[in-house]
Amino acid sequence: MKLKFQIIIIFLLALVSLEAQSKKKIRFAADAEGNAPYIYQNPNNPKELIGFEMDIVKALCDQMGYEYEFVQNQWDGLVPGLLRDDYDIAINGIEVTKERERVVDFSASYYRTFEQILVKNDRNDIFTLEDLRGKKVGALKSSVAEKILQSVHGIKLLSYDAEVSAIADMENDRLDAVLLDHPIALYNAGWNTKIKMVGKPIGEVVYGIAIKKGREDLLFEINEALKQITKSGKLREILQTWNMWNYIMAVYSQDPSESNISPDKYQTYIKAQTKDFTWKDYLARQISYLPQFGEAAIVTMEISLLSMVVAILLGLILALVRVYAPKPISILAILYIEIIRGTPLLIQLFFIYYALPSLGIKISPYFAAVAGLGMNYAAYEAENYRAGLFAVPKGQMEAAISLGMTRGQALRHIIIPQAVRLVIPPITNDFISLLKDSSLVSVITMVELTKLYGQISNANFDYIGTGLIVAAIYLLLGFPFVRLSQVLEKRYTFENRKNKVIV
Amino acid sequence: MLTDNFTHDSDESFDLIKVIDMHKYFQNNHILKGINFELQPGKLVAIIGRSGCGKTTFLRCLNCLEIMDSGTINIAGVTLNRKNSRDHNVSDKRFGLFKKLKPFQEVDKTESMDEDFQIKTQVLRTRVGMVFQSLNLFPNLNVLDNVMKAPLIVKKESLSQAQLRSIQLLEKVGMDSFIDRMPSQLSGGQAQRVAIARALAMSPKLMLYDEPTSALDPELVEEVIQVMLNLKKEGMTQIVVTHSMSFAKTAADLVVFMDQGQIVEIAPPNEMFSNPQDQRTRDYLKLLLD
Repeated sequence: MKLKFQIIIIFLLALVSLEAQSKKKIRFAADAEGNAPYIYQNPNNPKELIGFEMDIVKALCDQMGYEYEFVQNQWDGLVPGLLRDDYDIAINGIEVTKERERVVDFSASYYRTFEQILVKNDRNDIFTLEDLRGKKVGALKSSVAEKILQSVHGIKLLSYDAEVSAIADMENDRLDAVLLDHPIALYNAGWNTKIKMVGKPIGEVVYGIAIKKGREDLLFEINEALKQITKSGKLREILQTWNMWNYIMAVYSQDPSESNISPDKYQTYIKAQTKDFTWKDYLARQISYLPQFGEAAIVTMEISLLSMVVAILLGLILALVRVYAPKPISILAILYIEIIRGTPLLIQLFFIYYALPSLGIKISPYFAAVAGLGMNYAAYEAENYRAGLFAVPKGQMEAAISLGMTRGQALRHIIIPQAVRLVIPPITNDFISLLKDSSLVSVITMVELTKLYGQISNANFDYIGTGLIVAAIYLLLGFPFVRLSQVLEKRYTFENRKNKVIV
Repeated sequence: MLTDNFTHDSDESFDLIKVIDMHKYFQNNHILKGINFELQPGKLVAIIGRSGCGKTTFLRCLNCLEIMDSGTINIAGVTLNRKNSRDHNVSDKRFGLFKKLKPFQEVDKTESMDEDFQIKTQVLRTRVGMVFQSLNLFPNLNVLDNVMKAPLIVKKESLSQAQLRSIQLLEKVGMDSFIDRMPSQLSGGQAQRVAIARALAMSPKLMLYDEPTSALDPELVEEVIQVMLNLKKEGMTQIVVTHSMSFAKTAADLVVFMDQGQIVEIAPPNEMFSNPQDQRTRDYLKLLLD
């Protein structure tokens, strides 16, 4: 009997450890906004993320026996997010530079390439870096391309959050040229007949997988796995299907052989971009986005509602403290309101998300988003309440007090009910404003409506159609609250309410 | 219950109101310059005088909507005493970020007083009813709720008891058929009668009226005066600040004439209007008659 029991225990333990082992997972981060061929949304199936880095992550995890999970983050936030342990690794065309190596460790390189000049199709005056002097040139911010441009005297440099934005600006004649990593140049010039690649390869770019310092075991495992997939030819196969195998890689991996693997995935991408859309195709594509927009809308709504609850409650407390608390405490409320109102919400979000962890306070992106928005709007709501309190005529307080009510009773039963009605319209106003400000939380890894708009429209280059859908969703989200406000205003109106007389 | 601490022995001849040497300043203006006043229960008193003579301030001091700077008040068994202190009027004169604006700061002035004074004020106010020139019904409550709100939350009466009493009081002022109306749906005279019922709901020993009819259309004045006369018949003590000489003449038991922060003359209306003793009274009445 006892033995049997022990066997069951051992069996259960084994199950648990098996379970734990099968759950061994690598969380990897990238920015899926506008990053073909790195990691981007499959234009033919927007729910799926594809890209050569996706394939490399899969191959590495197969090699190591891990599962993987994707975490979306803004490109400039990839390294900071690593430092606050939001994920294990970041892989997204992150160039290995000395500055970055000071903060994080890098794996051996999984891809090496060069910088490429991109110009409009009708330009015949630009071929080399020298030709760019005196011209307006775009580059991704904090990239190697940016640094190269800075080193050449006389170039008017403009930095962008995404290469596709720079290319779009060039098409609209706001830029003379763009300097960018070759893969992106290839994936844009490959189908866009308005632009072309010119000149020889410039410099060398080395992509590495970023890992937080101090995780030598993971770094070692990844480097080993990289070695394996390089040796087995898997890496080369991946790069060739994406049409990215180049002379630098041939030298680096000492593999000068010819190969007949066709660039299927590159061609699929180019075909998807150049396909002639019928109206039916177009509609079908837009409809295929809807489930994703639905999910993003839920994120937007959840964050907005929760932040508003925080704002309304905290705001009321702040207003009452500011108005009625003794001086030293009320000054704290005034300081809070003035500081929060007087500084950008974006900075507050960055502060909560990236600065607090270094003080030992670590909160999830979701919580940081709600706290950031809620605490910001609380300052505005506090002032709304205060205005409401001041707007009730003073005779009301006099009458209540002369009936023997204390000031607290008068506030609660007479003044605040009247003030509430006065503040419903401005609070509704603020909520609708908050609904849209919630787009700012995309800087702290949340994928909500606006972020998804960026991802999808940078993948399908349909800024108008997708934009209209998103705008319509925002309108629809806000509308119920406009109605609710009207109902509440009526509910709190000073007319026609009946008593139930019980005597 | 707070009230128990302040009950007086019910001597028939006690002065319901006794005010000794009351002074009041607004900043540096000396508004009340030593008021002495006594009143027996059951009288209706009209206070007359020029605008700015201090009659409204005097009335508001009687239930501590203004707080006298020095003097003694004894009303319905509550004694308040202050000695030459003008501290509560010191407002925060600093400007800038931390200047504290409070809504109704100017209304509840007992905040800076000591606790004993605050409790006494609270009790005093439950025993003194006040009716305002500007009506001041609660616009978010209907007529019945306006009347029974204070009994419910101050006296903690049960809902049925408060409703019963409130309806009776509304009957008394002839407003019982309007219990479901909102204040915005009432005429001025109707609203003022509800305001009287609201004050009566706290069972006051003394009713104060601050120009109760001067915001009303002339044809509505009579219905309000009638309510006050009915209360007088029932033995309610009432003090009315008024500009209406005809009201003072016909309704009041006593007329008080005030000038420049002092009580000049107190007399029954027939004496006051036919044979005023003081030159200032004569000047004022002459001015009105011309």
